[in-house]
Amino acid sequence: MIRLHNIHKYYGSGEQSLHVLKGIDLHIAEGELVSIMGSSGSGKSTLLNILGLLDSHDVGDYTLAGTPIVRLREKHAARLRNQFIGFVFQSFNLLPFKNAMENVALPLYYQGVGRRARNEAAKAYLDMVGLADRATHMPNELSGGQKQRVAIARALVTQPKVILADEPTGALDSTTTEEVMEIIKEVHGKGNTIVIVTHEHDIAAQTQRCITLKDGLIVPDTVLSSETAQVVG
Amino acid sequence: MLIDLEKWQEILTTLKQHKLRTGLTAFGVFWGIFMLVILLGAGKGLENGATANFGEVSNVVFIWSAGRTQTAYGGLAQGRRITLKTEDVDRIKERVPEVEFAGGFNRLGGWGTEQYIIRGDNSGPFSVRGSHPNMAHLHSLEVTQGRFINPLDWEERRKIAIIGRGVQHVLFESWEDPIGQDINIHGVNFTVVGTFNSRSTGDNAADEEEAIYIPNRTLRHTFNQMGWIGNITLIPKPGVHAADVETKVRNLLHEHHRVHPSDRGVFGSWNMQDAYDRVQGLFTGIAVFSWVVAIGTILAGAIGVGNIMLIVVKERTREIGLRKALGATPASIVSMIVQESILITAVAGYCGLVAGVLLLEGLNALLVSAGVSGSIFAQPEIDFTTSMVAVGLLVLAGFLAALLPAVKAARVNPIVALQDE
Repeated sequence: MIRLHNIHKYYGSGEQSLHVLKGIDLHIAEGELVSIMGSSGSGKSTLLNILGLLDSHDVGDYTLAGTPIVRLREKHAARLRNQFIGFVFQSFNLLPFKNAMENVALPLYYQGVGRRARNEAAKAYLDMVGLADRATHMPNELSGGQKQRVAIARALVTQPKVILADEPTGALDSTTTEEVMEIIKEVHGKGNTIVIVTHEHDIAAQTQRCITLKDGLIVPDTVLSSETAQVVG
Repeated sequence: MLIDLEKWQEILTTLKQHKLRTGLTAFGVFWGIFMLVILLGAGKGLENGATANFGEVSNVVFIWSAGRTQTAYGGLAQGRRITLKTEDVDRIKERVPEVEFAGGFNRLGGWGTEQYIIRGDNSGPFSVRGSHPNMAHLHSLEVTQGRFINPLDWEERRKIAIIGRGVQHVLFESWEDPIGQDINIHGVNFTVVGTFNSRSTGDNAADEEEAIYIPNRTLRHTFNQMGWIGNITLIPKPGVHAADVETKVRNLLHEHHRVHPSDRGVFGSWNMQDAYDRVQGLFTGIAVFSWVVAIGTILAGAIGVGNIMLIVVKERTREIGLRKALGATPASIVSMIVQESILITAVAGYCGLVAGVLLLEGLNALLVSAGVSGSIFAQPEIDFTTSMVAVGLLVLAGFLAALLPAVKAARVNPIVALQDE
């Protein structure tokens, strides 16, 4: 699903140039639940941005769902993001003036889906994350865990190839973290490919594979406990 | 179409969320267009007031016999008095093709005098004027009852009269129908066939209504004015300037009557169009000035909109970043901001337009009810084309005002926008 070969990324130019990614080789198969770990400055955010087509790489090959990603124009990148990728953010990023259903439906708006069809789809996904009864609530009427579940529904609504989650539990307490991780695992159970960026070991421990970044390079893969395998079972 | 509708719903929702901001922005534009309407309407009101005195035909030329010749010319001695005759009128019709209408006009007792008119026990002094068939518009009068002079009156030299409202009030009781009644002008009975009001709204309207029109031919035959005509009145053909006709006719008269070309005092002449043009020029100036001021105001409003949109973009950076991450293209972001701006300016501008027009209408109603309409300020108004131009300008202003903020919005980097503090 995701194939990275010798990815390099520089910030700035000339003497001041900062070499952030120093040759990343990575393959994530369809249906995998992968976590990316690393201390700040290790380049994990940059890697996530490149995976999410929010940033471009300078050297190397990136293939996403069979599509080679080469120097995309912004418009094209936007379209691919919309079709291929679902984002989940640490701070949820729900639009405060739209209710839960409208927030979930937003990516479909950019696909040109009509209002009614959009809202139907949004309701179905809200139901899936267990918030069918909160469809018309505004974000400020929802708890942190509920917000993140809405965000997950939004990431799923376009049926993307890959879901990228950036510290999805970073703003949640341990109980709601559990809740959200359960949902993520459930989504994974339905065959979705999920990449989670985190710095919490117990989150990483719940994924199938943990990729650790250090100074712009991947520390060799560690396959994790069988716990996830059971859940996937 | 579907997508457009969706976009408008999206925009409306956003605007509703920020009522105060939207309202304040809209007010700037509202004020601009409101001022434009008031300025232009007031200018138009002044213009209407001033041009009302010109009557219906604004390009009339009058020519009359003025003084004796000052120099000997063409073998004739100086000191001659040239009298205008009907033959002169015929000659003008024949030789000056630019003339649409030419006619000789006489008045009983000469220019500016009034005659003592009697009808039964009532009487009063009024001016008695000759006129031609179907030329009511030349005198800016509106026949309220009966008719004006017709060709048959002219042919048969009928003794008929059309009397003004002022005349009717003095000579007839309010319950009487003047049509078919006789009035006595210098011992001769004339039958009233019509009554009229003056169309001019200026100060002289009342004077104009204290007049009696009779066929010029009848006047000359009945009151012994066969030897001369008082003045020749000319109306140029459409598209011909009155001043040109005036010059041509003067030259013709000088040539025919063998008057030295530079002997200017022999014929008096005046054309209304020169004066009209001057007044028109003044009001074109006022209109240009109003537009400059108003466009300045609209510009200030538009800059206000641009300013607010810039703040909006700044404030919504995170939202815009999120939208981009979820698949919004730069073009869709630009059109979102631009349409938001156009919507605000267009709606606010339209409201300004309506408010301005309502105020003008109210002012007009006030003027009319106070009875001062027609002095120097009449019917303040703004025409449809002007308002449409104003609205078009507004939409354009809204578009331009939003362009810079919109491009700024399109450049928002989702990575930066979505960073957690």
